[in-house]
Amino acid sequence: MDLLWEYISGPWPWYICGPLITFVMFLLLYEGKNLGVSSNFATLCAIGGAGKFADFFRFDWKAYRWNLFVVLGMIIGGVIASQFLTPDKSIDLNENTVRLLERFGFNNAGSGYLPVELFSLEAMLTWKGGIMLAGGGLLIGFGARYAGGCTSGHAISGLSNLQLPSLIAVIGFFAGGLFMVHVILPLLLN
Amino acid sequence: MRYLRLTIIGTIFGIVLYKSQAVSWYRIFEMFHFDSFHMYGIIGSAVVTGAILVAWIKRLDVRARNSQPMDFTPKEKGIARYLIGGTIFGLGWALSGSCPGPVFVLIGTGSLAIVVVLIFALIGTLLYGLFKDKLPH
Repeated sequence: MDLLWEYISGPWPWYICGPLITFVMFLLLYEGKNLGVSSNFATLCAIGGAGKFADFFRFDWKAYRWNLFVVLGMIIGGVIASQFLTPDKSIDLNENTVRLLERFGFNNAGSGYLPVELFSLEAMLTWKGGIMLAGGGLLIGFGARYAGGCTSGHAISGLSNLQLPSLIAVIGFFAGGLFMVHVILPLLLN
Repeated sequence: MRYLRLTIIGTIFGIVLYKSQAVSWYRIFEMFHFDSFHMYGIIGSAVVTGAILVAWIKRLDVRARNSQPMDFTPKEKGIARYLIGGTIFGLGWALSGSCPGPVFVLIGTGSLAIVVVLIFALIGTLLYGLFKDKLPH
């Protein structure tokens, strides 16, 4: 039992997590559904009455209600994993990453799950922290709908189904991510 | 019952994402610096096993619970929307260190800051809906 708990409470290796994500995709297919998280943003907008401002949100959101239950489960999963399954929340980052982050003012990178320099209450209220959180949110919301999917819908579901549009989208994800991390973030953090 | 099953599937997904550390801002930063194989391993092994799974489902005509064929609706053809939209998404992914799935998982960890990301993601979605017709697709 102790050994089992050691495996569960520690970080799970990639070769376990990747296939488990595929297993989740299979469970959703078996339910007659699809893996894709970002469409929930549009559903939430539609429920909130966004149809008054744009035709895009005038759809029968009840047909997409099932996905909100998946998302509810993901929140519950976050509670369970962080409260009960992960006593040690540190992340074993590459030394290079730790040093690089130190130069950007992130101390002890990896000592917690998320950087306090960005996700603490104080950081959230600074202009730098605020811009990163709000700007990041704005871009993922806008970009995911523009591209018709996010990491789950395109990178996992789409690529598994050998969809060329998904490959183009994933290339875009990485182009944008590399530009942000190597060009914009250094300007923002220095 | 159906909603309960979907909630449980989501719960499994949330636990896997958290335990994989793919919802950590640090891991995303590290990935875009090519300092670790971890994230590439997760996405890569999910795609390889996923592609095998989908091919197997199609070949054996594995059916969904309601005995209908499983849903593999092809994505609409196009280049511009996927490339431009994807790039915009990637900028946000690296900036906030979270994509839509992780946003919800992190809400479960009690992070208040991630609520800011969620609210602005909804605003971003709204903006896309408003300007959709003016954008190249």
